[in-house]
Amino acid sequence: MTTLLILAILILVAVAIWQMTKIFELSQVKTDRQQIANDGDNRNNGYLLFAFLIFIYGITIFSFWKYGKFLLPVAGSEHGAEYDSLLLVSFIIIFIVQTLTQALLHYFGYKYRGEKGKRALFYADNDKLEFIWTIIPVIVLAGLILWGLYTWTAIMDVNDEDDPLMVELYAQQFNWTARYGGADNVLGGANVRMIDIDKANVMGLDEADTYASDDIIVKELHLPVGRKVNFKMRSQDVLHSAYMPHFRAQMNCVPGMITEFSFTPIYTTEEMRENPEVIDKVNRTNVIRAERSLTGDEQLDLWEFDYILLCNKICGKSHYNMQMKIIVESEEDYDEWMKNQKTFAETVLKDEAAPAFNTIKGVSLVE
Amino acid sequence: MSVLTAHTDNHAHEEHEHHHKETFITKYIFSQDHKMIAKQYLITGLIMGFIGIAMSLLFRMQLAWPGQSFPIFEAVLGKWAPDGVMDADIYLALVTIHGTIMVFFVLTAGLSGTFSNLLIPLQIGARDMASGFLNMVSYWLFFVSSVIMVGSLFVEAGPAAAGWTIYPPLSALPMAQPGSGLGMTLWLVSMAIFIASSLIGSLNYIVTVINLRTKGMSMTRLPLTIWAFFVTAIIGVISFPVLLAAALLLIMDRSFGTSFFLSDIFIQGEVLHYQGGSPVLYEHLFWFLGHPEVYIVLLPALGITSEVMSTNSRKPIFGYRAMVASILAIAFLSTIVWGHHMFISGMNPFLGSVFTFTTLLIAIPSAVKSFNYITTLWKGNLQLNPAMLFSIGLVSTFITGGLTGIILGDSTLDINVHDTYFVVAHFHLVMGISALYGLFAGVYHWFPIMFEGKMLNKNLGYVHFWVTAICAYGVFFPMHFVGMAGVPRRYYQNTAFPMFDELTDIQVLMTVFAIIAGAAQLIFVANFMYSIFYGKVGPVNPWKSNTLEWTTPQKHVHGNWPGAIPEVHRWAYDYSKVDEQGEYILPHQDFVPQNVPLQLDEEELNH
Repeated sequence: MTTLLILAILILVAVAIWQMTKIFELSQVKTDRQQIANDGDNRNNGYLLFAFLIFIYGITIFSFWKYGKFLLPVAGSEHGAEYDSLLLVSFIIIFIVQTLTQALLHYFGYKYRGEKGKRALFYADNDKLEFIWTIIPVIVLAGLILWGLYTWTAIMDVNDEDDPLMVELYAQQFNWTARYGGADNVLGGANVRMIDIDKANVMGLDEADTYASDDIIVKELHLPVGRKVNFKMRSQDVLHSAYMPHFRAQMNCVPGMITEFSFTPIYTTEEMRENPEVIDKVNRTNVIRAERSLTGDEQLDLWEFDYILLCNKICGKSHYNMQMKIIVESEEDYDEWMKNQKTFAETVLKDEAAPAFNTIKGVSLVE
Repeated sequence: MSVLTAHTDNHAHEEHEHHHKETFITKYIFSQDHKMIAKQYLITGLIMGFIGIAMSLLFRMQLAWPGQSFPIFEAVLGKWAPDGVMDADIYLALVTIHGTIMVFFVLTAGLSGTFSNLLIPLQIGARDMASGFLNMVSYWLFFVSSVIMVGSLFVEAGPAAAGWTIYPPLSALPMAQPGSGLGMTLWLVSMAIFIASSLIGSLNYIVTVINLRTKGMSMTRLPLTIWAFFVTAIIGVISFPVLLAAALLLIMDRSFGTSFFLSDIFIQGEVLHYQGGSPVLYEHLFWFLGHPEVYIVLLPALGITSEVMSTNSRKPIFGYRAMVASILAIAFLSTIVWGHHMFISGMNPFLGSVFTFTTLLIAIPSAVKSFNYITTLWKGNLQLNPAMLFSIGLVSTFITGGLTGIILGDSTLDINVHDTYFVVAHFHLVMGISALYGLFAGVYHWFPIMFEGKMLNKNLGYVHFWVTAICAYGVFFPMHFVGMAGVPRRYYQNTAFPMFDELTDIQVLMTVFAIIAGAAQLIFVANFMYSIFYGKVGPVNPWKSNTLEWTTPQKHVHGNWPGAIPEVHRWAYDYSKVDEQGEYILPHQDFVPQNVPLQLDEEELNH
């Protein structure tokens, strides 16, 4: 069916093109066989340039009207508000410049379309004009740079103030694992060389490290609202990127390195679900999913909003489906959930035989 | 000195013509004539472009109708589209090879290679390139690398699929994805040869521009096209070797067990021996070329636009010196902004601040260029030939795409749009579409020079432009919204995330526009092929241009000018110049070619 539709469109387009060529041809004086623009061409294309300006404005307005609501909802993190205002201001500046320059460009194209006998103005230089349009971008950009750098420094300053929760995000083809520091809130040492699948030590934690024994490894990330979280990212195989769009947060996961990001979630998942924008989006989406379930052969579940962690660095075949759910909840709910999680010491399988010699204890390969 | 060479050249040349009859092979295949080499570059580039664009249509269809079966997939992709449903691995391969082909083979070699070769000797008044032989070697290395790249599509496990940036470890480990086996080896070999080709070409361009300018052609009288090609070649010489180094080191890591880019890897149940390398190092090396590459692609397009726009406006380019300064500033800054591709790669955030600063600086010369183009149109007598329309289109997409660079170049704002469709929309408009428009403008404008006076059909050109212009915005404008909704690039399908469900409509819209745009290119192909053989021969100087290439005879001669090389007396932009009485300098003619001496009482009013 779709194939048919595409074919139909292509045929129609071909016909349209053929007709357009005809129109162009008919609008030209018969004797003029030159392949150089004449007055008629200049007139037609001048008008078309003007029409094109309207098209650009049109598609801009159309996109905002139709797709504006698809943009990400309110930021779920403390720094997100600052991010969003910087983004908004940048966009306002961009739209002003875009509207004006496109107008000038296309309007001049229309206004000064060529005619036989018309004279162009020999106008090669004007230092004053050039100075003006050099200095204006300089000032505007200086402002944006300063604001941007100030925000950037604040966001990227990962520190231990305010008792942050320590969480490791561990990436592998094609899933995420998270690890909490446990009761001591310290992540134990780990390295891929210590991975022991047979003993269920899949993240390569140092079994001899006491900091590691109380670590908690999970497949669904729970975060208490209002508490700063310091993320340490690791990857075991290829590059991945931990992308949490609702928190305006992203950092690559690099094998052989530990990368960091830090943010404070400010809305619980429940609060986000009650946000009017989010309610609208969920409703729209569920209508689509219901329709698809009716027409298609697969049954789609209805969707409920959740924060999500995506992989945003090409990592192989299932890159498009590498995700982990994030749940932001109240401190009490979080503690309650945490109580039911097993520590690393409880999940890892112990060696039967006791070591015959002393092991080096407490060496952290991570820190 | 140049007079002397001109004369001796001239002699040698005449004798040459009497003694040798060129064979088919020396004339069309292993030609050392820059005009023929330019055509070879163009046609190879266009064929590669056809492949690259066709690939994009395939994966756009998959994005709009995820998981649907199309007979065309089965026909083209064979075993990689069982029952006509595209496989996820081949999707990544298509994206990768599309990027590689378009950036390097079409927009670097096809654009810069074609027009640098064609225009540098003709516009500076030289008989040929400094070394015709190296020029030929450069083309044939490009040809070999194209053949290897296309050949890699037929490898058993599939071509390279790690994205056109081929970040290790994904690209280094055959067990990470099927495309990282032989396909990636061929990719690296092809690119290594491509870089050799590009370097030889660039060195030749630089030497030619510096040494072979005709008498009177001072650097400040060079057409802006030549300035652009000259500076492009310099950036290429500075940055391409770094990519070669990265490619060689990656080959070492892949085949000889070194650990330049790899460390601490556990994959498919085993720990690999690699220790101490860093994928971030690769990113640095790649983008040290990768960012200047954007300008290697774009500057020639801007150079072509400057020339085409001035000629067709019948006005001098506004702010010649500012344009040259902008080209130089862009070239310099382009080599110190690469880190903006790596804000969230794990590199030190302080470096991010530095790169934000340099990146936003580059907006200033870009803004100056845009304003100068607009002012060039002001009070002109615009001859809206297809080349002129493509030039205006270029300025339009350059502005639209460039402005979103302000978002991406800001490290803070990059955090959330990095690697999303917002980036894809940005760079396609600012470098992809803009550079393609530059390529088309160049082809429409200089087709008579390439094909002995034959001209492309203008009506087909108009249709080609308008359909392309509308579709380009139709594809890439809505794409910004997909990115702002948080959709990552290089996803085989977006169905795994319900939050992206409602964006499918936009994907369909973009794909339909893309298919129409692809079809519109066939009009160009038809026009191009028809006109090569049956195109109508126009006047010697159809666009009434000032530059020297239009003083050559339509019939190609080896050595470009049958007589002496013309001497240059003025800059290239004396359009509509009038004397004190308000009369044109040359009677009844609104342009004064560069080889016309200054008239009595005429002032050299160039800049």
